Parts: sequence; structure tokens; C-alpha cells
Amino acid sequence: MTVPRTAPAGSGTPIGDNGAMTELAIETRGLRKAYGSTVALESLDLAVRPGEVVGLLGPNGAGKTTAVKLLLGLVHPSGGDGRVLGRPLGDRGARARVGYLPELFRYQAWLTADEVLRLHAGLAGLPWPLQQTEIPRVLGLVGLADRARDRVGGFSKGMQQRLGLAVALLGDPALVVLDEPTSALDPVGRDDVRAIIREARARGSAVLLNSHLLGEVERVCDRAVIVNRGRVVRAGSLGELLGESAVRLRVTGLPADLSPLAAFGPLGEEDGWLVVRPVDPDRVPELVATAVAMGGRVHAVDPGRRSLEELFLDVVRGQAPGGQR
Amino acid sequence: MNPRVVLVVARLTLREITRRRILWVLGLLSVASVALVGWAVGRLVAQAHEHGVNAYELQLGVSQILIMIAFMFSFVLAMSAAFLAAPAIASDVETGTVLAMLARPMHRADLVVGRWLGLGIIVTAYAVLSGLLAIGAVRLVSDYAPPLVGVALAFLGFQAVAVMTVALALGTRLPGIAAGAITVVLFGLAWFLGVLGSLSGAFGVQGLAGAGEAFRLLFPTDGLWRGVIYGLEPPQVVSMTQLGGPLAASNPFYADTPPTTAFTVWCVIWVVGVLALGAWLFRRREL
Repeated sequence: MTVPRTAPAGSGTPIGDNGAMTELAIETRGLRKAYGSTVALESLDLAVRPGEVVGLLGPNGAGKTTAVKLLLGLVHPSGGDGRVLGRPLGDRGARARVGYLPELFRYQAWLTADEVLRLHAGLAGLPWPLQQTEIPRVLGLVGLADRARDRVGGFSKGMQQRLGLAVALLGDPALVVLDEPTSALDPVGRDDVRAIIREARARGSAVLLNSHLLGEVERVCDRAVIVNRGRVVRAGSLGELLGESAVRLRVTGLPADLSPLAAFGPLGEEDGWLVVRPVDPDRVPELVATAVAMGGRVHAVDPGRRSLEELFLDVVRGQAPGGQR
Repeated sequence: MNPRVVLVVARLTLREITRRRILWVLGLLSVASVALVGWAVGRLVAQAHEHGVNAYELQLGVSQILIMIAFMFSFVLAMSAAFLAAPAIASDVETGTVLAMLARPMHRADLVVGRWLGLGIIVTAYAVLSGLLAIGAVRLVSDYAPPLVGVALAFLGFQAVAVMTVALALGTRLPGIAAGAITVVLFGLAWFLGVLGSLSGAFGVQGLAGAGEAFRLLFPTDGLWRGVIYGLEPPQVVSMTQLGGPLAASNPFYADTPPTTAFTVWCVIWVVGVLALGAWLFRRREL
């Protein structure tokens, strides 16, 4: 089990009942959920700071949605412990400061967008004067200002997901939990969601983003937590996770013996490119010169680092029974 | 439980039902049925006049027809209440609508009680308005008015609320269609055992009569239905039936006494208990 490196759960602030023990938006230790003999979540250790966007990644069935439901008190834990905004899991005081977009976003089809937001404002106990400013604000934020009086039943899936985002952002919550927030959106919508998440972070909200779209996570998250088979298998800032620099060379005419190049780092081959990973970025010119000196004809040099998708596949496949590493 | 949130959910329920077509369809069907009943009773009254039936006999006949109409109406009302209430929470869970709502700072009991309150208002209003319409139509064409309209309508509404509560409570754990079907079966069984209990009492089959009484406590809709009959039964029928002895009194469409206060109080406790059970089941449910 790997605990997040930048903000390890329980580091110096033990979980107790004194309420004021932590400034973390989310903190769980060994959180477990089993349905009979089926274990949905084995042991989740997670920490999310205020003002931080954390991506929760994992293959299907890894336990991500179960983790989210546990945090919101929608299912009851079988073991472990956790706190949301300094309160025990499911605490209503904490939920008053949490916005949630479920993976299965459905809202009352017979209500208008404005009425859905008024319903949630009423359930959240938002004072009436605040509702008058908050509802237009969030509708504008998700691009539905001109559809406020339209019935949700007439909305496309993408518009319903935008409405769900507006519901989640209502009342400027301290923690926003988004479960696959772009699954029904087109590229423009996805770009809008990234802007919305950045704005929420700028306002000081913590955001937990549960997504399959690794590119989205890579673009918007400060940290990522990869969950596989109910456990956290890798966690850290994107810089830490993707820190390994690499270089890709499109090169022909090299001899069979590549040992001079192997001195720069482990060699690999991807789609006809020669890949050296990890590599010291300062030594890339020397690497290219060595390839030329060996008789190679260098057509292209593509410096870069590993993508989140590559890391994800390595981590998940490496863990899978019989998987490749 | 938070009364403010309960009211928010009750308002949502009222808005949902009034915006969906089902209530208006039910309303139109009820008006059409009342019109048909009025026309049919009017025809019967005209025929009776033609055959020289006197006013006293006519009143007796119309009173029994009205009880039959009320019986059919109570069944339709129970079915409507069951199939309105059963999916009220069940479909929210099935579609996922409930997830975003319950992530708000509310108790799950707030959702159950709010749904019950909204449905209770609708069901009671529908029972009273439709009942008044039917009684009014019969009075218009026959000049007959039952002795205790208020009592009859109160027990009719109470019976519908009891059925609605069971369907809602079952819907917190079961799919809507299953909760509705089970409720209707229980309602039918209660009536059947009530009739069987009355007959077995008249014939002195004590074990069966006891079973009927026991089920009347477990599922009291038949006992409440007896209150409806009592409110509609004219005193002349009561006097004649009492002269006829226990066999005459075993008629399932006859009641010479209203449900006792103890039974009525038990029904209130029963409804509250079933609602609390539904809230408890829902609180334990994994979503």
C-alpha cells in the first residue's frame, strides 16, 4: 500500500473525535467496504488538502465510486476510518459544505433547471437571499443561464451533466466531489469543466475528481491517486508521478550493438521510435551525438516525459494477475 | 428529522404528482366514472318510479348501491395510492436521482417522511373530492344522502393513507412494481379475510373468525373500510338487519357500529409504525 507522498494520511494529526484535529478536506485510513464476501474497497488511504485538485484513478471495479459513496455517507464502511472536512464520514455538518456530482447524474425531469437548483438549495439549507445570487452564478458558470426555465426532461445528456455540475458547485462548497464529470461532454464542454475546476480551486475548494479520462486528470489535477483492486497503489503530485524524463529518437542506420546508447539509460522501442527512459535531460545532446557517431541517421528527437496514461497502464498491468510489467 | 427538509421534500412530491399526467388522468377518469354512476343510478330511480316502488324502498335500494359504488371506488383508490407511493422512493433509487439529494445535509428519514406527507395530502384530497362527487351525483339523481358523509370520507381517506404508507415503506427496499403489487395483494387479502371473518362469526367458526380479527389488526384496511360502510348505512337498514340476527349482520357490506376508538387509535399507531419501519429500512440501505 502506498500512502500519498505529499500529504500522507494521518501524518502527525491522528484521527480522533475532537473535531478540530485536521485541516484536511478528506482523510481516510484503511477505509474498507465489503458487500458480503465481495470486497469493493480493500483499504483506502487518502488525503486531500483544501484548495487542492486530486484525481482518483483506477480501472473499472477498482473501488473508486465506492470510495466516493463512503465519503458522502451513501454507503456504510465495513472497516477503517475517515473524516471529511474534519468530521466523521456521513456527518451532516460536513455534507452541508460538500458538493457532489454523481457518476449516474439524474435530476427530476419534470423540474426546470432553476427548480432543481432551488430544490438542492432548500435541502442544503441555503438562505433565501443567498439562493438569489448563487443560482444565477452557478447556472452562468456551467453555461446554462439561458436554459434556467427549461424542463430538465428536454435537456441533452451533456446539458444534464452541466446541470449536475451547477448543483455540485451550489453554495461555494469547501469540497467538490466529481464522479466522471465529463463523461457526457463534448471537447468544448470538457474544456469548460477544466476551467470550472480551476475556478473552484482558485476559490479555495478542494476537488476530488474521479475520472477515467487520464488526459483530463493530467491537465487539471495537482495530485493523482491510483487505486487498483481496492487499494491505493500509487499517489503523489503529477510532477512526482511523471517526473521521469524520457527522449524518443526517430533514428535509422544504427548497428545491432546499442550498448553506447544504453549508457544514457534503459532503452526501449515504441511505434518505431527508440526510447530512452529515464534520461538526464542535460545529456540529450550528447545522446544524439553518440547516435550519429554510431552511424545513425537522426530524423527526429522528441524529448518528453511519461504520460499519466503510460504510468497508469504500467501500474495497473503490473498489478494485474499475470499482467505484463 | 429536520422539519424544514421534510417540507421541501413534501413540496417536491406535490409538484411531481401535479406535473405528471397521472393525477389528471385519474381525475378525468374519476369524473367520467361519477358521471356514469349518476346516469346509471338516475336510470334505475326512473325505472323504480315507473314500477311504483315507494320512496322508502327506493332510499334503501339506493343506499346499498352507493355502498357498492364506494367499495369499488375504495379498491380503485387503494390501487392508485399503492402505485403512486410504491415508486416514490424506489424509482429515485433506481434512477440515481436520490444520490445527489442524500449527499445533502439531510436524514434519510426526511426523504421518507416528506414523501409520505406529500403523497398523504394528494391521496386524502383525491379520496375526499372523488367521494364527495360520487355522493353528490347520487343525491342529485335520487335525492338520497347518506347519514354520516364526513365519517365515511374520513375512513375512506384513512384507508387510502394506510395503503399508501405500506407501499411507500416497501418501496424503500423493493423495486416499485414489487412494492405496489405486494401492497395490493395485502389489501385484497385483508378484505377477503375480513369477509371470511364476518361469515365465520355468523356461523360460529371461532378459529377462522379469530384469524380474521388478527389479520384486521396486522393490516387494518378492512377495519377502516367498515367505518366507510357505517358512515353510508342508513338507520333503516341497521334496524332491519338487527332484526335479521347474526346471519344478516354477517353481510360484508353491512356495519351497525363504527370502528372502536381503540381500533382507530391502533390504526394511527400502525401507520406511524409502518412509516418508521420504512425510514429505518431506508436508513440501512446501501445506495
